[in-house]
Amino acid sequence: MIEVDRENFQEEVLEAAGPVLVDFWSPRCEHCLELDPEIEMLAEKYGHRVKFTKVNVLENRRLAISQKVLGLPVVAIYLGGQKVAELAGDVTGQAIEDQINQVAP
Amino acid sequence: MKDKVWDLVVVGGGPAGLTAALYGARSRLSTLVLEKGRAGGQAATTTEIENYPGVRRITGPELMDRIADHARDFGADFVKDDGLEYDLEPLVKSIKGKKGTYRARAVILAPGAEPRVLGVRGERQFRGKGVSYCATCDADFYTGLDVVVVGSGDAALEEAMFLAKFARKVSIIVVHEEGVLDATGVIQERAVAHERLEFIWNSVLEEIRGEGLVEEVVIKNLKTGELSVLSTSGVFFFVGTVPRTSNLGGQVELDDRGYIITGEHLQTSVPGVFAAGDARVKFLRQVVTACSDGAEAAVAAERYLAEEESFHRNVLESEAPVAVAFWSPAVDASLALLPVVEKATAHGGSKFRLYKIDTYRHQQAAGRYRVEEVPELLVFAGGKVVARFNAAQLAGADPGELAATVLAAVAMEDQRT
Repeated sequence: MIEVDRENFQEEVLEAAGPVLVDFWSPRCEHCLELDPEIEMLAEKYGHRVKFTKVNVLENRRLAISQKVLGLPVVAIYLGGQKVAELAGDVTGQAIEDQINQVAP
Repeated sequence: MKDKVWDLVVVGGGPAGLTAALYGARSRLSTLVLEKGRAGGQAATTTEIENYPGVRRITGPELMDRIADHARDFGADFVKDDGLEYDLEPLVKSIKGKKGTYRARAVILAPGAEPRVLGVRGERQFRGKGVSYCATCDADFYTGLDVVVVGSGDAALEEAMFLAKFARKVSIIVVHEEGVLDATGVIQERAVAHERLEFIWNSVLEEIRGEGLVEEVVIKNLKTGELSVLSTSGVFFFVGTVPRTSNLGGQVELDDRGYIITGEHLQTSVPGVFAAGDARVKFLRQVVTACSDGAEAAVAAERYLAEEESFHRNVLESEAPVAVAFWSPAVDASLALLPVVEKATAHGGSKFRLYKIDTYRHQQAAGRYRVEEVPELLVFAGGKVVARFNAAQLAGADPGELAATVLAAVAMEDQRT
């Protein structure tokens, strides 16, 4: 997974050619840490269809808020510079996989 | 691992489940913990714990990691899975998860609780956009911003004070009269004296509004009925918890709020199944009491297993008939009976054996065979009860007569089959 921050968010996410998954996380968010291995597994399974990235909001608070993320965990999928799917709260690996299959079948 | 029958499977890896696993594994029970996420449960989302004895101050995740490591050191195994379907009545119980089915001779349920969702308008919509149930997770977002906290218990006030380290102002919406809070005294005092905390009394949260992100909340004053709008960037809910017992499918008895009902030894309504931690009916839900539950449940499970194993080997699987004498050191009549049945057994030659159960220490078999009063003598042949004699029938019995009666009962059963 590609670590994205305010320097390269534009290029890696908004200007990317295909779908991009962004995992907004923080080392202080237990649920995010629980989810992490599941997202890694999905990255292996779907990496050829979707670009997997993560944003540490502890270091990129403004970037997260600019993307209307205020609270963790949030997993969003971008396509053509637009957020086309978003999961928040009780996010599960299964729910993310379902979204991937919807957005990037 | 698939066909393995564990001595003990613990469902839930919060402080109760982890401590149960620690005790279980240390007693040399093969022990498996099912935890759907990272170990720690709700305690792992607690910013700071300052009332776990012997640990002056520690973060929730750190304390939980330590307990999990401790359990691992004693040999407990962990699987990242959740109990989805339960079959608990049989002697070998099975729990179906996402990754497989786990089988165990004893089970400790420690599924814990999760934050209550109030169902206020906007609550679901703004999840991840300003609505939160975890201050540790999200506090950083609110540096220099205003936030609202709903609730007035220990968790609400403690997390409000934590949020105040980041936020400019924290407004706490309290349903009670001015000055009335649900938290314990020491926490109340600290919160009331806190300069960045503001209390909004007699009020409830009516609605959360914003475009994309939370921008304002509507608050209703219960006394005047008046609605007011407060600008805010975040809303944190700490309005209690609900037990995570819906997956249990009614296999163990719950109270009307969904908490597991347990007995003195944390046993549930199903033999061999115990419960520990926040999901059971109890007075105080803290890390220390969760740990205490875990220890008790594990020792109760261990005793249950030992009793089961011994009863199976010596009574149910015995080739010779067995006279099982239920007695208690607290009941004189039962003490007087013991030498009589011992002599009777000698009288019977090797035609039947004697197995004594002290019901003061071991309630398992007494419960299963509905022995309500001691002394009582049950005669087993081929794993089944073929006769039973209560206190009145046993009073003044002579060893020779008793031996004859036991053998007659066995002979009658032999004839029947």
